[in-house]
Parts: sequence; C-alpha cells; structure tokens
Amino acid sequence: MLSTSPEFKANAARALEDPSLQKALTRTRPQHPAKRAAAKAGLPEFEALRDIGRDIKNHTLQHLDFYLETWAGNVEKSGGQVHWCSTADDARAAVLAICQRVGARTVTKGKSMISEELAINEHLEAHGIVPVETDLGEYILQIRGEPPSHIIGPAFHLNREDWEESFRKVHTDLPADRVFAERRDIMVEARTKLREKFLAADVGITGANFLIAESGSSVIVTNEGNGDLTQTLPRVHIVLASIEKVVPTLEDAMSLLRLLARSATGQDFSVYTTFSTGARRPGDWDGPEEYHVVVVDNGRSAMVGTEFQDMLRCIRCAACMNHCPVYFAVGGHSYGWVYPGPMGSVLTPSLIGIDKAGNLPNASTFCGKCESVCPVKIPLPKMMRHWREREFERHLSPQGVRSGLGVWGWLVQRPAVYRVLTQVAAWGLAKLGRRTGRLSSLPLAAGWTAGRDLPAPEGETFFARYARLQREGKL
Amino acid sequence: MSRDAILGAIRRGLKRGPLPEDQAFALRARLVGHPRHLTPARSIGTHAELVSRFVANVEKEFGTLTRVPDLAGVPGAVADYLAAQNLPTDFAMSPHPELTQDIPWHLRPMLQIRVGRAAASDLVCVQQGYAGIAETGTLMLPSAPERPTTINLLGDTAIVVLRASRIVGPYEDAWAWLRQRVDPVSGGFMPRNVMLVTGPSRSADIESVLELGAHGPRRLHIVLVEDAPAP
Repeated sequence: MLSTSPEFKANAARALEDPSLQKALTRTRPQHPAKRAAAKAGLPEFEALRDIGRDIKNHTLQHLDFYLETWAGNVEKSGGQVHWCSTADDARAAVLAICQRVGARTVTKGKSMISEELAINEHLEAHGIVPVETDLGEYILQIRGEPPSHIIGPAFHLNREDWEESFRKVHTDLPADRVFAERRDIMVEARTKLREKFLAADVGITGANFLIAESGSSVIVTNEGNGDLTQTLPRVHIVLASIEKVVPTLEDAMSLLRLLARSATGQDFSVYTTFSTGARRPGDWDGPEEYHVVVVDNGRSAMVGTEFQDMLRCIRCAACMNHCPVYFAVGGHSYGWVYPGPMGSVLTPSLIGIDKAGNLPNASTFCGKCESVCPVKIPLPKMMRHWREREFERHLSPQGVRSGLGVWGWLVQRPAVYRVLTQVAAWGLAKLGRRTGRLSSLPLAAGWTAGRDLPAPEGETFFARYARLQREGKL
Repeated sequence: MSRDAILGAIRRGLKRGPLPEDQAFALRARLVGHPRHLTPARSIGTHAELVSRFVANVEKEFGTLTRVPDLAGVPGAVADYLAAQNLPTDFAMSPHPELTQDIPWHLRPMLQIRVGRAAASDLVCVQQGYAGIAETGTLMLPSAPERPTTINLLGDTAIVVLRASRIVGPYEDAWAWLRQRVDPVSGGFMPRNVMLVTGPSRSADIESVLELGAHGPRRLHIVLVEDAPAP
C-alpha cells in the first residue's frame, strides 16, 4: 500500500473539515469504551489475564526462532507448505506463483491487514487475477477504491448513503429502483453477491490471528463467517501471516483469545474462531486440497532485541485506537498507511521508516489511555517517545521544531535563567490579560489560540508560589 | 534462502545462535506439557451449573435452544422449530452415526434429509455437536468425514444436536478431549479444521450497528439432548 504518512498534517487538516467523516467518528466514538468496559466487567480475571497475555508473547518472542521452526515442521507434517518471505516482494511473488500454478482466475479474500501491507490485490490484478474482498467492510472499500480506516472496522467511516450509492453503481444487474429500507437490506445484497464469488473462486486467501507451534495450525477470528467460506470452498487455501503471530500451544492461544474479542468489539468471544491445519484429509467431504502459509518478515525481525520489540506482542485488537482522542479527531486515513492509531504510530515507522512516518509518533497527546487498555500491555507512549528521539537525532524534524527544542533544552538546564524568564513571562501575560482574565492571541502560539483562549496567569510562577508557601509555613 | 535469513535476523536480535540443546529441551517439554494458564471462575461449576451457563450464554449471543430428554426427542424438536420459523422441511445433515443411526427420524416422516456436505442452496443444515463450552456458549465443531465443515457454514439456518454430557466449562476442557484423537495424516491430534462457533453470523460493518446473518447462518439453533453426564 502506498503511504501518505509524510502528509499526516495535511491529511489531518482535511479530515477535521470532512463532515461525513466527522459524523461517523461522532457516532462511533462513545461505543467502543462502553462495550469493552462491559465485557471486562463480565470477566473479573481480565487484568490478571493481561499479565498472562504479555508474558506468553514475551516468552514466544524470546524464543521466536525455535517456535517458528517448530510450527513450520508441524505444518509440513500435516500436509501443508510453508513459504518463508523476508520482504513484501518475496511474499507477493509467492502468492502469485501459487495462484498461477493452479490456474486461478478469481481469488476470494478474508480480512487481512498483512495483505494490505503487501498490496496483494494490486499485484494479483496486475497479473490478470481478480481478487475479491469478502469481509463486508473490505468489500465496500474495494468497490470504492479506498484503504481501510480501522484494523477491525475497516469501513466504519462510511455512512449508510455511501453504501447504497456504491452498491447501486456496481450491482447493475439488480433493479435500479430497489429500496434499501434498512441496513439489513444492504447486508443481504452483499451476502447474495458474495455467495456467487465464494463458489466460483479458485483460491482463498486469509490472514491469521495466531499460528500454533505445537500443531502447525493457523487461526482466524471473524464474526461474519466470510473467512471460513474463503478457506473452505476453494481448491487452495493460502494463509498470510507475519512471523510474530506464532504462539507455542493451544492453551496459550486460548488465553490470548479470552482477551482479544473483549478488547476489540466488547464481545465475550467472536462468532467464528477457526483453527486450520493442513489440507483435506482422506474421507473428508470438503475443505481445500492445498494448504499454504506465506510467512512474512517485512521488517519485523529487525525489531527483535530493540526498544521496539514489545510492539511485536500486538494482537491487532484495535483497543488502542478505539480509545484514542487523536484517532477519533482525525480518523484512520490521516495516518496514511495500513496501521492507524497508537499501534500504527509505533509500528509504521519500524516498517516503512521514521523518515516517512515521523509525524505519526508526534500525533499523540501522551494521555496514556492506549497503554492502559492494551490487552498485552504494550508501552505505546514510551515507544512513541523513542521514535521522537530518533527523529530528532537523525535531524528529520523541521528546523522550527529543532530550534525551539534547542532553546528549551538550553533553558531548562539553567534553572536561574529559567526562573527569571518565566517570572517575566507570567508577569507580562498577567498584565496583558488583566481586563478579561484571558488571552485571545499570543506570539508564536497563533495555532493554539485560533481555537481557544488562554486563561491569563495570575502573575506568580509555580516555583515562586511554592517557595512562598513554604516560607509562610503553609506547606 | 529466506528461511535462514529470517531465523538469522531473529537470532542476531536476540544476540545468540540457535538455542542450546538444554534450553530447546525445556521448550519442548513446555509444548508436550502444554500447561494451562488461568481458568476463569465463569467456566467452573457443577455440571448442572455449566449446562445452565451454556444455555444462558448461547441465548446472550442470539442463539436459540430447545432441550429434549433423549435422542428420540430430536426429530420433533427439529420439525417444530422449522415449522415455527416457516422453514422448509428438507435439510442437509452430517453423516455422523449419532445423527444418521441413533436418532429415530421416522417419527417425523415429513422431514426430508439429505446426508453429506452442504450445498450453497441449502436453507437448513443439521450438524453433530462435538462439545459445548459453557464459558461463552461456544460450540466446538471439528472437521471429520462424519462432520463436514460446509454444514456449519452454508445453510441459512444451522441446527446443532448436542448432548448435555458434552458440555464443559473452559475451552481447554474441550481441547483436552480432542487431544486424545490421532490424525491419520499428521500423527498429531488436530483435524484439518476446528470451528469454535458462538452464535449466528453477524456484522457491524454498516455504521457500527450489529446485524445478524452476514455470510454464515442467520440463525443458530441448538437441540440439547439431556443425557447422563460423562464420567
């Protein structure tokens, strides 16, 4: 997927002015925290499970080579094939080679963020193979030529009228004057259209929420059942998975699954949690004849052993973006690549470079909500701070920001000068705002005061007041 | 080769070579022992408590359920459910002996049964339930020649016949049953496909409002057969 992350600021400004997006954001924003909180209330052990989830992932990452080799060996024992791919190019080539070998014309796809990362659809199309997204949200986005704006609710930014308009445009075999009285009618039309595609497809591509080392299984989690139809009906099933998806045992996976749906949608468990292991067995009535896993690195192994290793614990639940004030102001597309919100602000610079994604770790208020809801306790704000440091060290931030930080750095290392200057500033601002008690414009802060007033200081700095109260024996 | 490149890069990050044998041995022991982590209180109880929790959780997730005293009660329960929902009396059914041999379908001669996998045109499919998990009202449906996967997926209405003795508390108990199996291909225990199903298919992709019946079954109905609890 092409990145517009370098244009984050322009993207965000546009998003703030987009009435349709703001309508969707306003509608969705209050839902997520309430749903997660209700699900958490139904499982008193939730906090203890977060520690367990973190520890399972940490244990796996410390022995990632061992568990990947064990997993791959078990895939092969159960009749599947593993394709190891270091880069996105390798992975695209591996998928295309399988599709071409079996003479595939159409390919159905379950929802997979790694397939967005690899831009599989564009690659298949360029070689005359038709990819069909089957997740309801992904389906409408494919029709509209848009990328997902959220990792589990990819089309939540669209409103009902957008769905109706797009369906009328592409489903031209249906009566033009049909009525979509309810949301349900939109869904039924998609279900009917996609049923034909499921049955016609030669290859089905799914992602993987987990890979299980002990059995060589891949796991998908869906509510719609589209992933299951995708992997059951075609002759060939291709799983796309990144290397950090592996966990040792089913028991490890089940503990993480207890966290996943509750953190993601506020369900106790998703509707379909499906474990696939190899191809059709002797005597089976259905299932694919070939089972392939394309296991992708694409920059992740370089995170192992660095201050960003903890990010590899992520189970893609979206709780961080669901609770993020910045995400719900500017929406997912502003982030400009596959992974939006706090997890994207940490992961994207690792995968496409801090030179392109430097704006993302800056797009945080550091309120800390993301870390507090993360099911595997990833220290997201801390890692965004690491990226800010790297951006500064590599001279990537704009000159204005660098000079400002330089002046600030000089000042805070000289407490006497700092106190005098802040004293002068507090006194001056108090004088300026004497009449109204507020300041409606400030030098160097026009951007900030454009949207709100600054309450005028009282004329005394914090340091001065603290010292005075101490002298007076009031502290 | 990409495999070596990836494993090499991971090992460089971890600042070591391939795992020393003593450490690999410990990890293999963990795989063989597959220790359980925390078992939530909601999945612990007497069998009767677990059955009622299973029923409550199925209903919470928009599933429906009929309880019958024995397998002879199944044909009536299925026929009555289909009639109540205005559904046709013909359906596809898994070739599981518990369904094909143990249930006296002749008690309801109106029912027309096709045994095998499901076709896209099937409105109703009947599956045999391997296990029910009380913790979240979840069904475990492993694939096998006698339990085709398409039966779980293609019908508009999915009916699952589950014996009450097959209800467990936590997911791990259901896996423990499956772990006793020997797969003809891998020699391990995992069948090709294991579905954990919790309620009927749904989506909230349109304006974040939940609608039932996205791609999988719109309705999930369980016929729960009261039999003696498993020892």
